[in-house]
Amino acid sequence: MSARGPSATERAASRRIVAAFGASAAGAVGFAVTYAQGGNTRWEGACLAVAFAGLAVGLAVWARRLVPVGGYVEEHEGFTPPPTEQAMTAAELTAPDSPVRRRGLLAALGLALTALGAAALFPLRSLLPFDRARPERALKDTPWGPGVRLVDAAGRPVRPQDVPADSMVAVFPEGHVDTGDAPAFAVRLEPRRFSRPPAGGHLDGLVVWSLLCTHAGCPVRTYLKGTARVLCPCHQSSFDLLAGARPVAGPAARALPGLPIEEGPDGFLHATGDFTAPPGAGFWDSP
Amino acid sequence: MITDRLARALDDRLRLSPIARRAMAKVFPDHWSFMLGELALYSFVALLLTGVYLTFFFDASNADRVYHGEYAPLEGRTTSAAYASTVRLSWDVRAGLLIRQTHHWAALVFVAAIVLHLARIFFTGAFRKPRELNFLIGVTMLTLALANGFTGYSLPDDLLSGVGLRILTSVVQSIPLVGAWLAALALGGEFPSDAMIPRMFVTHVLLVPAVLVALISLHLGILVRQKHSQFPGPGRTEHNLVGSRLWPSYTLRSLALFAWLLAVLFALGGLVQINPVWLYGPFEPAQATSPAQPDWYVAWGDGALRLFPSWEFRIAGHLVPAAFFPGVVLGGVTFLALYAWPFAERLRTGDRRQHHLLDRPRDHPVRLGVGVGALTFYAVLTVAAGDDIIARLIRVPVYDLLSLFRVLVFVLPLLAGLVAFLVARALRRGDAAGVGELTRADLRRAAHRSVRPPEADSGESETPARDRPGERIELWPEGDLWRWRYRDEDRQVVFPGSRAVRSEEEAASAARLAYPGVDRVVVPGPPPAPPPGPVRVALRRWGRAAAAGSLLLAALLDRRRDRRRQERERAEQASSPEAADRASTGGGRT
Repeated sequence: MSARGPSATERAASRRIVAAFGASAAGAVGFAVTYAQGGNTRWEGACLAVAFAGLAVGLAVWARRLVPVGGYVEEHEGFTPPPTEQAMTAAELTAPDSPVRRRGLLAALGLALTALGAAALFPLRSLLPFDRARPERALKDTPWGPGVRLVDAAGRPVRPQDVPADSMVAVFPEGHVDTGDAPAFAVRLEPRRFSRPPAGGHLDGLVVWSLLCTHAGCPVRTYLKGTARVLCPCHQSSFDLLAGARPVAGPAARALPGLPIEEGPDGFLHATGDFTAPPGAGFWDSP
Repeated sequence: MITDRLARALDDRLRLSPIARRAMAKVFPDHWSFMLGELALYSFVALLLTGVYLTFFFDASNADRVYHGEYAPLEGRTTSAAYASTVRLSWDVRAGLLIRQTHHWAALVFVAAIVLHLARIFFTGAFRKPRELNFLIGVTMLTLALANGFTGYSLPDDLLSGVGLRILTSVVQSIPLVGAWLAALALGGEFPSDAMIPRMFVTHVLLVPAVLVALISLHLGILVRQKHSQFPGPGRTEHNLVGSRLWPSYTLRSLALFAWLLAVLFALGGLVQINPVWLYGPFEPAQATSPAQPDWYVAWGDGALRLFPSWEFRIAGHLVPAAFFPGVVLGGVTFLALYAWPFAERLRTGDRRQHHLLDRPRDHPVRLGVGVGALTFYAVLTVAAGDDIIARLIRVPVYDLLSLFRVLVFVLPLLAGLVAFLVARALRRGDAAGVGELTRADLRRAAHRSVRPPEADSGESETPARDRPGERIELWPEGDLWRWRYRDEDRQVVFPGSRAVRSEEEAASAARLAYPGVDRVVVPGPPPAPPPGPVRVALRRWGRAAAAGSLLLAALLDRRRDRRRQERERAEQASSPEAADRASTGGGRT
């Protein structure tokens, strides 16, 4: 086969391959130059794409045109070994002096390994530091409590008049703006429109609820003004604030927990206790 | 020459040539669908390469860090080190954004390739004995790929992924009895904890990739041991494998595929923005982005969370929250069903034979129906994860869309599965070659329960090949070596054996394995390769002549047009001297 010279098609294929590898090298140089010139994500990506595409075209043409393709056959032994061989292996494994015959010893070994395996699980408990509260406790407790002042996202204490009508103000316990389960929001509603009183009570229509959706814990950031409903942007649960923040649509099943508040002698808003229920998604021990 | 000497030197020390020769002659089936797994493998390699680069710049910590750099809106702000370093990586590290985006795209392609590969394995029955083990490993790798995708997505500590992590935490918390403990142990406390990012980082760059590398090695080792499966066809039996050899054909083709993949990934990484975390902002517990969609491969879970009704109950005072069913139960059932499928199918069909010939999807209507139904189900869930965006686009209230999806998620899979089942039955029984040729009569017949298929499904599989008159094995010596090939005159196929062997006996035994019961004859030498048919030669010659002629014609026409234009310009030049300069420069350029 090698005796005859390359055919015309082979020569044509070789030319295409060289051209493709040439384009690839050009792409690589282009990438290096772009990088050295200060970098540009688009050009770098395009140059690398050209470089690898050239490589791919060259290799593909090479594989298609210049090497034998297809139609080879390889024998397949199958996986049913000769019965004698299987029997011999089995016999050797279960010979009279074989360890697998010592049932009593194996049981003891099994006991030891099980004990070791179980003991090895204990250090996993350290994943949750021992000085932290137990998980169910931690999920129920928040930094809110009697006397804790309400602050806004910037940490400024909130006065009742800082909450305008028909708007939602995110509020946090003072000193805990970044705590995961503490965010709440304050709104001003007309008390006579309440079809059900808010769980945490209200101050002349000023009500505070947990910001975390009771479905999967996303902040219910979207306030639909006219209907006094809040909407979770993650899974579209919506809560009717006039009906005690009861879920009215979407996958959430429990009302938003309320926060009992009062106006302190300093004129700022204070919590008078924790949320009326654990905030956020439900769990086994949720009351 | 250098290759030759190097190979000899290595062989003198390791004695690899017997293994290497067999490996080089390993046959790969020539069908595109066998490339899907390879695509997954190469995406993983791309992920490793780009990922290692990213670790040099990423600071996996929840600690505070002040951002200083090119991205002005964040200048001087204090965020978590993870977020600040991701923005730095994207804006201030040269080529950082390219590698980060390529990494993200590679992750999307990785999971997509795995899913397509799984679909191919499923619909062609490649999971049957003896390949159940590799199927289990493959499904495990899919779960690991999802896990690593999610942890990687959450590492930058941006607002979008932070909310996603909170949702996952809520789903874990919903597990009865142990949920709160599991979530707290994983995060080292209540969400968001300080240990969160470092732990996900270790999982993402060490734990899961290490297990993946181990499983990939096992997967490939088993593949080499068991060899590929193949589609049925002339000369293809349960005892052989027809295709191209590893060396040189598949070496080049496989590298070409790798290069293609990298070309596509870098094109995407450079030109198509993905996950611009600087726009989302750092994670803050009281903030959320809207709309919020996860990466595509977890979108089915998000869609399920949206569609599942607000339904929860209490057991002896304990709460089972609504997120438990779409989050934990659906995910668990999905993967349990995948793991159990090969065994369930074997239980139902009672088929314990070895299978190296694949089914065509139509050969097994029930499997096809179930598979298509399941894929439709997850596709509807995935689309449902974008219901807020769809609602905004087509201006429909989102809750109407929600109700529609709640119906579609049951109706569409049933419908699609039923159609697939009927089409498969019609194709299997009728004479139609493809879906396009099916007639209504075929479908009507398929809907009838009583009609039995003309012949048991995979009838020929285990029976020894019958010796048809046209079939024979030819053996011939070639120098010191012997070669053999299979020839079937009736069906006009000739398959040379994949490698030369050292004795006639060896060649005969290989041929006997591949084609049991087929007559063998010794022939003097390989018949010459058939010359290209006269028509093709003539066509090629004519084609070349036509191409050359048209080029010549085009050149002539072009020249004539040029000459005409020059003449016209000369005429214009004579009439208006002012236009002369412009015209001459214009003419000079052509």
